[in-house]
Amino acid sequence: MAKITFIQPDGSTQVVEAKAGITVMEAAKMNDVPGIEAECGGACACATCHVYVDPQWKAATGAPAEMEEDMLDFAFDVREESRLCCQIKVTDALDGLVVRVPAKQF
Amino acid sequence: MLIENPEVRDAAASGLIETDVVIIGAGPVGLFAVFELGLLDIRSHVVDILDKVGGQCAELYPEKPIYDIPGLPVVTGQQLTDQLMEQIKPFSPTFHLGERIDVLVREGDRFRLVTDAGNAFLTKVVVIAAGGGSFTPKRPPLEGIEAFEGTSVFYSVRRMDDFRDRDILVVGGGDSALDWTLNLQPIARSMTLLHRRDDFRAAPHSVEQMRRLVADGNMRLAIGQVTALEGENGELRQVKIKTKDGEEELKIDRVLPFFGLTMKLGPIADWGLNLEENLIPVDTEKFETSEPRIFAIGDINWYPGKLKLILSGFHEAALMAQRAHAYIYPDKKLLFQYTTSSSSLQKKLGVK
Repeated sequence: MAKITFIQPDGSTQVVEAKAGITVMEAAKMNDVPGIEAECGGACACATCHVYVDPQWKAATGAPAEMEEDMLDFAFDVREESRLCCQIKVTDALDGLVVRVPAKQF
Repeated sequence: MLIENPEVRDAAASGLIETDVVIIGAGPVGLFAVFELGLLDIRSHVVDILDKVGGQCAELYPEKPIYDIPGLPVVTGQQLTDQLMEQIKPFSPTFHLGERIDVLVREGDRFRLVTDAGNAFLTKVVVIAAGGGSFTPKRPPLEGIEAFEGTSVFYSVRRMDDFRDRDILVVGGGDSALDWTLNLQPIARSMTLLHRRDDFRAAPHSVEQMRRLVADGNMRLAIGQVTALEGENGELRQVKIKTKDGEEELKIDRVLPFFGLTMKLGPIADWGLNLEENLIPVDTEKFETSEPRIFAIGDINWYPGKLKLILSGFHEAALMAQRAHAYIYPDKKLLFQYTTSSSSLQKKLGVK
């Protein structure tokens, strides 16, 4: 189990519990986190589950793979800490993870 | 209620196709509908906004595996599309690709459908298999962008002349972005390509060509993102971009953003059908909509217990075809047959 905090653009936060093995996107959808659309259902094919990983968690979540980088081209306001959260697998090591939801998913 | 509109009728005088059925959407469910209708002697016209068949399977995940197609432990989106095309070959459907049905009006017991390219159909039955809606270019969420669309901001190039002697900004890093950069550069007053990273998905030779133009001082490559559009009355004056060196203002009067496609319900919303949260409610016996003779199958429909699975869409196509047959051949009795044993079905399939 890992606790994940989603911070909305207005600063409000939501802490959800996620089982190891699911993706951060799935954890968001199960808990109705606003702003995570995941139009393609987690196939890394749409860039509508874009999040900013808190800089403290950048090393633990790792860098996007090539396919994810390509798909990030379709996201808006992409930054250093941008990830598609369908590509972040929850592990116990991610307990405490903080991600920010962008203002818009396109 | 669907409205009769004589103006639409006149506008679409070019090329009228009379047919029994028009299927809207060439995704897996639309393709399989061709099969089920074909077995009942109904030949299909299939229209899709994409320039290829397969719908989401081909556009979003051609190489990704699907594990829940009965009898196929694993198949990719493209393989499934190819197999379906093979399966429906005996029924020789006509495909109208790269076109979107914009208008649907009832004319007596038939429907007139008009595409955005001006082609028209007169059909007895309509099957909406439009999945998540029509694929349309993503609009960058920049404030006020709508006001510039069609005058200064374009998502595709219809006429190159609209870009002649202009200060053009192309945004993106895929093939569309690179191709249009290269095609428009010779006629532009100035050409700038903006991409978020110095790495491109586009074909390597186009990237190479672009870099050569940059090296020769014939265009500019900027790494960053658009932050604001400025201008009046739809005429763009300048664009603000953010690069690693900070914010910058560029004198630009044409922007071509290429951020891929997203699915939008589109004109279906204007056809007078009952809609619930962008889905079309249907019954579970015939998968018919609130309008008789218009069916909806696959991801676009809704009924209690609906699951958005390809396999559910296949089942819906089979039941839809039974009812469509009754509309198209009201005097013919439909005999239920199996492809395994029916010599008449096997003849249609060309295996006998």
